[in-house]
Amino acid sequence: MSCPMLIELGHFALILAFGIAIIQMIVPMVGAHRGNAGWMAMAEPAATAQFLLAAFSFAVLTWAFVTSDFSLQLVYQNSHTDKPMIYKITGVWGNHEGSMLLWMVILTLVGACAAWVGDGLPARLRARVLAVQASIAVAFFAFVLFTSNPFLRLEVPPLNGRDLNPLLQDPGLAFHPPFLYLGYVGLSMSFSFAIAALIEGRVDAAWGRWVRPWTLAAWMFLTVGIALGSWWAYYELGWGGFWFWDPVENASFMPWLIAAALLHSAIVVEKREALKSWTILLAIMAFGFSLLGAFIVRSGVLTSVHAFANDPERGMLILIILAIFLGGALTLFAIRAGAMESKGVFSTVSRESALILNNILLSVSCFVVFIGTIWPLVSELLFDRTLSVGPPFFDAAFTPFMVALAIALPLGSILAWKRGTLGRASKSLVGWLVLSIAMAGLAYAIQSGNSALGPIGVALGVWVVGGAIADLWMRSGRDTLADRLRRMTRLPRADWGKAVAHIGMGVTIFGIAAMLAWEKEDIRVAQIGDTWEVGQFEFRLDGVNQGEGPNYLTTMADISVWRGDRQIGDLHPEKRFYQVANMPTTEAAIINGVIRDIYVVIGDPQENGGWAVRIYLKPFANWIWGGAILMALGGCFSLSDRRLRVGAASAKKTTAKAVPAE
Amino acid sequence: MKRLAIILLFLASPLWAVDPNEILDDPVLEERARSLSQELRCPVCRNESIDESNATLAQELRIVLRERIVAGDTDQQALDFMVARYGEFVMLRPDARGANLILWLAAPAMLLIALIVGWSTIRAKRPVDEGLTEAEKAELEKILGS
Repeated sequence: MSCPMLIELGHFALILAFGIAIIQMIVPMVGAHRGNAGWMAMAEPAATAQFLLAAFSFAVLTWAFVTSDFSLQLVYQNSHTDKPMIYKITGVWGNHEGSMLLWMVILTLVGACAAWVGDGLPARLRARVLAVQASIAVAFFAFVLFTSNPFLRLEVPPLNGRDLNPLLQDPGLAFHPPFLYLGYVGLSMSFSFAIAALIEGRVDAAWGRWVRPWTLAAWMFLTVGIALGSWWAYYELGWGGFWFWDPVENASFMPWLIAAALLHSAIVVEKREALKSWTILLAIMAFGFSLLGAFIVRSGVLTSVHAFANDPERGMLILIILAIFLGGALTLFAIRAGAMESKGVFSTVSRESALILNNILLSVSCFVVFIGTIWPLVSELLFDRTLSVGPPFFDAAFTPFMVALAIALPLGSILAWKRGTLGRASKSLVGWLVLSIAMAGLAYAIQSGNSALGPIGVALGVWVVGGAIADLWMRSGRDTLADRLRRMTRLPRADWGKAVAHIGMGVTIFGIAAMLAWEKEDIRVAQIGDTWEVGQFEFRLDGVNQGEGPNYLTTMADISVWRGDRQIGDLHPEKRFYQVANMPTTEAAIINGVIRDIYVVIGDPQENGGWAVRIYLKPFANWIWGGAILMALGGCFSLSDRRLRVGAASAKKTTAKAVPAE
Repeated sequence: MKRLAIILLFLASPLWAVDPNEILDDPVLEERARSLSQELRCPVCRNESIDESNATLAQELRIVLRERIVAGDTDQQALDFMVARYGEFVMLRPDARGANLILWLAAPAMLLIALIVGWSTIRAKRPVDEGLTEAEKAELEKILGS
């Protein structure tokens, strides 16, 4: 059933939400300034209403996709009646307009969450936070309504649609963009807190405690979103690459790096009341990079050949949004940052210093990604040189920072606050240092060839993972083994979160190095019945069949994999052809394993009757994403820490007798 | 959405980069060709090396590259040949000449500045406790006096 009225209601809800956002931007802010409790209190219902209206609007658009209402231009352009139901639903955000609407739903959801759980915040700060959050919503509602309206109608609805890009008809589309947006948009809350604090002129430990969960949650979602995207590319693109240093990827990686720095420096604010102005700056920059990412993706300035959301007018509008928010925030920062004096004093060797090093390395590595990403543009505009900055540059310029970070991490994270001693820290780590070097030596001895990449990855991985374990172990006291183990289980969840996230980082570093260093590739033409060896596996091409899917034709190979006499798998790599979109895709077949992935792709038929077949052995591939999942899991543990859960209540006490700005 | 963009690049033709019939018989030369082709950009693609790309032009470039290698070019000569023919644009690793020095030196310079600022933050000797302000003293006086 398609109901024309419903579509207009969805459209109307969007406009109404825009209006409410404008009110929420102004009234509570003025109220906070004048101390008018009634004006301040209106932020909460307004935030809720914004979210409900945006969600309704999104639900209407989803309904239009589900019922294939081709009177909507967007549905006509991106859907088809034969498309499986799941892709009708995920197709809602498989295009520019729909994905912007999803962005709005998440943005207003984050704002509403702040209204719902923000009871512990002082009323004034809360009103200001929600007003700043609403101003971001105003900018993006305007963007959606004026340049990317998903509810445009066609006068004469076509009989059928043009189908969704086949490469997007994948479960990856269901999860990858929503997680990324939760991350991008979640950082807007850290931004709002930073601006509100600047307006108030006060940053204290309580502020650090409020801003940290938002940053942590945003960073977790970003981690999962990036990992999902990377994994999706790995299995979908047909040659098992997982990271391309593409501008669009960098757009999500830059906020991730800054958010990682921010959630570390917020700890210093919370525990030691130091690094305040720097933390504020990071909170501004983290969201600034999110906006920059939106600009890069939506404008197509850096990606002139690509087809998605490539519109200069939209890009211009996002650039204006970016300029207003970042420019305004930095101006405010310049005026007010002087008031944020640090309280905590610490010696050179201390956790604070280590976290400063962490922040330096993460921020500068983000700067590397930034300059590499925009350099082609700068170079063309200013120096009239059309050039490319690709993976070889980023590999060379970015990797050293991650290596330095990995080397410093275990030492830094084990130091005591305020005044640490290197002696104590190094004593508990020396065993792990020896082990990591020994493991690297072992890896070097086993591997064929002289590449240093694999052994270095092994050493860093063992070192980082070992450091995290040593940290937990040190906290368990000095009693018997049983006592220490029992005490370890009772450590605060934040400690476990830290350890698990750091272990994840070590695992990812190892996975990346191991896969890149020890990958095996085999490209050949095989006749049906042929057998051949790759590594310790034997492959046999048993047959190639034609078939038909719901909205595509397929050529499916049947390849059996043997290890010695034992068959370990039967793989069916496909080549598909989507008729409506007139587009071929390859579907790799993968045997996932802890030690290695076996990755098989079928190519074109050859003149002599054979088939091109590509086989990759990718050692430890899954460790890359496994590590990312561990990082996000560490964030979950940390988020569920008692300190943050009861933070609201205890925060009330501290703010009730809050001292004037330091 | 980042991944969409990359994925959309692959629309043109079947997803197939290096073809079996392009591969050189000499494994050492082939190895060199593979690593060099990861340094070269496919001119009609977006941010893809000719090693990954399935575009026809990328295939032609791979074949030209292999011809140069078989003809006895060193790695640098082969790269220079490609740049002379297709322009600076095909190099995925920008050279460090002229304005590109900024690109290469920006990060080390930034790191240096950040380390200096960080170090001075760490070493800054802040007054541990300035004692009470005049207003606080007066208040204390009042409390104690009463």
